[in-house]
Amino acid sequence: MKALAAITGAGCTKVGEHWERSLLDLAVEACLRALEEAGNPPVRALYVGNAASELVNEQGNLAALLADALALEGIKAAEVRAGDASGALALHQACLDVSLGQEGAVLVCGVEKMTDVMAPEVERVQMLFEDSRSTFHSGVTVPGLCALLTALYMERYKASYEDIVLFAVNDHRNAANNPCAQYPFPITVETVMGSPLVADPIRLFDTAGIGDGAAALVLTRPEEARKACDAPVAVVASEVATDRVNVCEREDLLCLRSLRLAAKRALKRAGLEINRVSFFEVHNTTSILGILALEALGLAEPGRGVELLREGEIAIGGRCPTNTMGGLKGRGHPWGATGIYQAVETVWQLRGEAGKNQVEGAEVGLAHNMCGLGSISCVHVFARWEVVS
Amino acid sequence: MKPIRPVGIVGYGGYVPAYRIKASEIGRMWGNEGCALPIVEKAVAGPDEDMTTIAYEAARYALVRARIDPHEIGAVFIGSESKPYAVKPSGTIVAEALGIGSQLLAADYEFACKAGTEAFQTCIGLVSSGMTKYAMAIGADTAQGRPADELEYTAASGGAAFIFGLKSEETVAYLEGSCSFTTDTADFWRRAGQPYPRHFGRFTGKPAYFRHVVTAARMLMEELGLGPEDFDWAVFHQPNAKFPVKAAKMLGIPKEKLEPGLLVPYIGNTYSGSSPLGLAATLDVAEPGDRILMVSYGSGAGSDAFSFVVQDAIEEKRPLAPPVRAFIARKKYVDYAFYARFRGKLLK
Amino acid sequence: MSVPRFWREIPHKYRLVGSRCRSCGAVYHPRRPVCPSCGSRELEDVRLSQKGRLLAFTVIRRAPSDMADFRPYIVGLVELEDGVRVLSQIVDCDPGELRPGMELEATLRRIRVHGSSGVIEYGYKFRPVIKWGPEAGEGKAE
Repeated sequence: MKALAAITGAGCTKVGEHWERSLLDLAVEACLRALEEAGNPPVRALYVGNAASELVNEQGNLAALLADALALEGIKAAEVRAGDASGALALHQACLDVSLGQEGAVLVCGVEKMTDVMAPEVERVQMLFEDSRSTFHSGVTVPGLCALLTALYMERYKASYEDIVLFAVNDHRNAANNPCAQYPFPITVETVMGSPLVADPIRLFDTAGIGDGAAALVLTRPEEARKACDAPVAVVASEVATDRVNVCEREDLLCLRSLRLAAKRALKRAGLEINRVSFFEVHNTTSILGILALEALGLAEPGRGVELLREGEIAIGGRCPTNTMGGLKGRGHPWGATGIYQAVETVWQLRGEAGKNQVEGAEVGLAHNMCGLGSISCVHVFARWEVVS
Repeated sequence: MKPIRPVGIVGYGGYVPAYRIKASEIGRMWGNEGCALPIVEKAVAGPDEDMTTIAYEAARYALVRARIDPHEIGAVFIGSESKPYAVKPSGTIVAEALGIGSQLLAADYEFACKAGTEAFQTCIGLVSSGMTKYAMAIGADTAQGRPADELEYTAASGGAAFIFGLKSEETVAYLEGSCSFTTDTADFWRRAGQPYPRHFGRFTGKPAYFRHVVTAARMLMEELGLGPEDFDWAVFHQPNAKFPVKAAKMLGIPKEKLEPGLLVPYIGNTYSGSSPLGLAATLDVAEPGDRILMVSYGSGAGSDAFSFVVQDAIEEKRPLAPPVRAFIARKKYVDYAFYARFRGKLLK
Repeated sequence: MSVPRFWREIPHKYRLVGSRCRSCGAVYHPRRPVCPSCGSRELEDVRLSQKGRLLAFTVIRRAPSDMADFRPYIVGLVELEDGVRVLSQIVDCDPGELRPGMELEATLRRIRVHGSSGVIEYGYKFRPVIKWGPEAGEGKAE
């Protein structure tokens, strides 16, 4: 395994309703934390992942704005957008930048502030991450699309919704030990089944909430890693793949092809088999997407992802620990920030700083961040510096 | 009025929305329980329906029965009292949705409940003169019933469409002649910008409905040299179940001849859709050679009277689309709360 | 409220116009400039079948801001007779009446109303096929 880049600093805000903090305030807080951890190196480039600041916060051009707020004069800066895959896609751009071989640190920040508009508006914005000709016409929301997939999955594999939402239960169990999580409390299947329907059969406690948050990473070239900090973490793969945006057009609606492709490329690049991965951060806007992600990664045969949940294999002590710090349901899902939250949490795991959620002997982590229902997937593989050559 | 070249109906279609509210439910709302109700139940347009979508449905079935190239339709006229736009004809939307093409006349007509048959007259003129090969007239409404008013029991939604062409073997019925009787009689009206119409109670009877319907029918029969016994069927505008039967009696037409076209007890008064739907329902059962009298009524006031003779083509074309009774049988009841929500009566 | 965009989308929304690949015959909706099946750039507009069957459905209860007035509404995945799958609202029925495999037909309905003075967007929705004649049990009392 060879490192593409070294992560020398990681920081984030708590995910929640930050009424007093602006989008920029959150981004700055996360960035300063990451920079401090990295020893405040000179930053030569900034990548910002964000999904919808123009629509929700009436602010565009976040790259220049954040660079300015951090008093980073004259640097290279760019905003990266791909709905809720913006964070990981920004990380991908940052890795590409590092591979140019220039000296200095690259800062990457994912930020989203969703609470500046009300929930029905959030629902509407999410629809335009899909093909809006289709979503705006039919009025199908993202939970609605997930509901259709859930219905198809339940019909095809005779699965029960109660089993499917075990994914959300797992998220919450882990979120309870994450100080940055939006919902740090455990839930049960009954909690989910007792919550209101959002889009039949999907219930409120099965959908990622609305929250604000920012997360940031500092990256350097591998050769500068040890100089910069004591416990760098390696990025060993960074891959992106697209799929048909229109879910209806996919040959098999229950196959997250973009994830399957990106993961295959990432594991090949890292020279790893999937069983070498110690834990997984997957993109579960609703539980069904989490299950389909496990299946697309090859951790279970199609239709058998639910068994992993029932048998406790995705718990911290299981065969494939998943969403170890709370995932999209427990930690939260501020769209453009999620991909970087996943990376920050992976860094904690690989440094042995995950506390009660520590995966024993964690050496390799895989993070999957996607837009909507998988029109674009980013897969990153991270490793402890010690296992990288 | 007789067109220079004979004109016929090349295709027809009707549509009634699925929702119904019982008159007794409306009565329950306003404390009229136990009193005689003018109808049994009426058709209620769903929250995403309006006059334009109803007109589209009726027109689409008319096209299916017509078996013509939509591009040959040179005019789409819709008569209604519930146009969604005060300025912008609904005909353009219906024409686009049906792929009718752009070489087209499209205007919306208003003459209270006879707006649809006004459109008939224009279509007959356009086709007979050779200005256009086919012309479509639609009568459709989502009638606005003022809460607590007696007309709330009957104000309903529905529509029917008729494609006119020169009389041929393709026409299901041809026109023998028509007649229009019009006066300035303000029995029922709606000022611009007002959501609901107003009326003057019993004045809407003898000096309004009956005078115009009966006069137009008699004028027509005189012009054509026909008597009430020459008609196999009769369709009148149906504001309630009593008026058309009484008008028929005044004209010497037995009420059995009204039966297939008398829809108001089960769908209410569909305003501009009323006599057109009645005609469509009659065509659904009429035999070749049958003569149909159709008399519309529009407050303000006027009546158009028509005499149609059914042709052989009806047998082949009739089954190509659902009969009006299929729409009548398709129903879902709503209570007053849903009715008020669907019909936009709740304040926002 | 983008009137030009609504106008551009009329063929797609009013008539279910999609694209057919001249080379391999594959059909798509919404329209496409390049065929993902064979790579051809020769695609033509085609009006899709107005009938289909229901594959799956959901009831949207948490609606986006501009559809709030219509909630709850049913959205279904419909497979048209020409094989294309579309997302559409399903109207004139209750969720309890829907079954996968059920026959549906397209109709024109209001999609969105932009306030009391803005335009009205119209477009296709699907509803259960209207049956008549002997197969509909005609003659039976309601």
